[in-house]
Amino acid sequence: MYTYPDTYGNFGRFGGRYVAETLMPALLELEKSYAAACADPAFAQELHYYLHNYVGRPNPLYHAERLSAHLGGAQIYLKREDLNHTGAHKVNNTVGQILLARRMGKSKVIAETGAGQHGVATATVAARFGLQCDVFMGEEDIRRQSLNVFRMKLLGAEVHPVSSGTATLKDAMNDALRYWVSSVRDTFYVIGTVAGPHPYPMMVRDFQAVIGRETREQLMQQTGRLPDVLLACIGGGSNAMGLFYPFVDDLQVRMVGVEAAGLGIESGKHAASIGAGSVGVLHGNKTFLLQSKEGQINHAHSISAGLDYPGVGPEHALLHELKRAEYVSVTDTEALAGFKLLSELEGIIPALESAHAIAQVAKMAPQMKRDQSIVVCLSGRGDKDMHTVADAFGVSL
Amino acid sequence: MGRIETTFDKLRQQGRVGLIPFITAGDPDIDTTLEIMHALVAAGADAIELGTPFSDPAADGPTIQAASQRALNAGATLDKVLDMVERFRQGSDSQEALGRDPDTPVVLMGYYNPVFVYGVERFAARAAQAGVDGVLLVDVPFEHQSEVKQYLEPHSVHAITLIAPTTPEARAAQMLSNAKGFVYYVSITGVTGTTAIDTGSIAQMVNRVRSISPIPVAVGFGVATVADAREVATFADAVIVGSALVKIIHENTGTPELLPRVSAFMQELKQGIRQAENHQNNI
Repeated sequence: MYTYPDTYGNFGRFGGRYVAETLMPALLELEKSYAAACADPAFAQELHYYLHNYVGRPNPLYHAERLSAHLGGAQIYLKREDLNHTGAHKVNNTVGQILLARRMGKSKVIAETGAGQHGVATATVAARFGLQCDVFMGEEDIRRQSLNVFRMKLLGAEVHPVSSGTATLKDAMNDALRYWVSSVRDTFYVIGTVAGPHPYPMMVRDFQAVIGRETREQLMQQTGRLPDVLLACIGGGSNAMGLFYPFVDDLQVRMVGVEAAGLGIESGKHAASIGAGSVGVLHGNKTFLLQSKEGQINHAHSISAGLDYPGVGPEHALLHELKRAEYVSVTDTEALAGFKLLSELEGIIPALESAHAIAQVAKMAPQMKRDQSIVVCLSGRGDKDMHTVADAFGVSL
Repeated sequence: MGRIETTFDKLRQQGRVGLIPFITAGDPDIDTTLEIMHALVAAGADAIELGTPFSDPAADGPTIQAASQRALNAGATLDKVLDMVERFRQGSDSQEALGRDPDTPVVLMGYYNPVFVYGVERFAARAAQAGVDGVLLVDVPFEHQSEVKQYLEPHSVHAITLIAPTTPEARAAQMLSNAKGFVYYVSITGVTGTTAIDTGSIAQMVNRVRSISPIPVAVGFGVATVADAREVATFADAVIVGSALVKIIHENTGTPELLPRVSAFMQELKQGIRQAENHQNNI
């Protein structure tokens, strides 16, 4: 039986709570409040109510018949997180955290965001519950994801451009942490992925695990069997962890996480923390990082802003070390091909992040038998990526 | 008895409040940092806090973030910083005129990752050999402190404890029960060098910490002006000044004014603290 993390938030030798003392009391309070919420059936009911009526869950597990036929191997099922309110899996977690923030009596929420999906999902629930919302976003990402920036502003959030470092997700997280240190007494930090200090990796996983629980039930209904393979893209790794977690004790189910290989691992311009990184401590947890031999954090690169992060959630580091999950990587070019493939064959335009998982299914499905199944987490829709994709295809909009 | 204990004993006997300047090692470059360290001591520094640069300093405000980045761009590494501390202690062949400083405590302040990647055990041995007296890793809280303490302690290098305004008293007491060297009290709920310090409200908290602390309490994080230093010195065992000094170093980098300006600022701070000492001694 898999029982991670331990009571200190360690996933084996990964995880933990490496933050400044100023934040420690807030994290201990959060841990206690989360445990109390988990033990309270009213919280589960409330969460279920909003996931059902506001987010639109359960979303379909869709048999992608044309894609399956085209690849000529395993049957491919898409878990349609792209059909959630706000267009990605991120909202599963923000609904959970905002309900917790309310229970804790916090009046403000902050968030970091890369692609902007988590920022939008946080701004959305903050609007719904009337909480003040500040979102930190790298200037480079603001440029790449201007549509999401506009959405956040429409929702009443203030977007703080972050120009330090690489001006992407890791720097947004640094600034969110700095802001939180200064406002910790009345502010709840809504972390968007399964990283950061304990209890975030566990809590975000728990809120995202609805993906895997629904998948299990839906696939059993449709095929009467568990999936052979689960496939999901990995930046910090929240959609993957959400899909994997309810299957972690079913050892016959292969779990494959897809990191961004950017311009290719050998180019050095990628975001494959597990594939090409080493162990270190950043943003409150011990995990695999892209870093120099002196322990300075390197720039990550991916065409997809949501995967452009030089670390990965500590639980993925553990699953990698336990060899319970496999981690592979897919280049920008392959992801763009996956993006086109799904759009043309299924009429579904995936987010560039999710397109990495599609590119991987295109590699794996043909190697498998027709009576086998692969579930791909379609973590988000591609509307936000139109400018980037048009650029890549040499089209000016 | 270590250098930190000797220094604070002397301060207490003389009825003085210590002044501990913080500078970022390697900003603008390692050799200049060594010059600045000696200048700080000459101008009355009782100990030196040496920031070891990190690419992602999430507990620091813009001033120290930028200094950290400049140091990294100029090639600073943990090894080079430790080598420089050794040259500070033993004298430097290339900068012979600076002399050697066997007495002034040096505390390394930074983030865990560069130390973790270096190897904590190897780091502890090298730091001790170089002449480091204390290590403060801001993102290693009490719960994780044993990870570094177990290696530092055998070398008589202190893992410095940091207490924040958000730390509840019971937790502070637990942290202090085994604390060594001195306690670093963070004077603002924020990152370094950003918010103006509210001396009125922290005086009470620092006094409480001092009343339960077996070791001296140094206060820093928002101390920017001579007036701040004077105020803080009325209730602290030592005053730590960081961002304001880092700013002066940056503004005068590459000019002959660098060391004179650093010394002048130190002397102003000393003067402010001296006024407060009289106040503390009269209570």
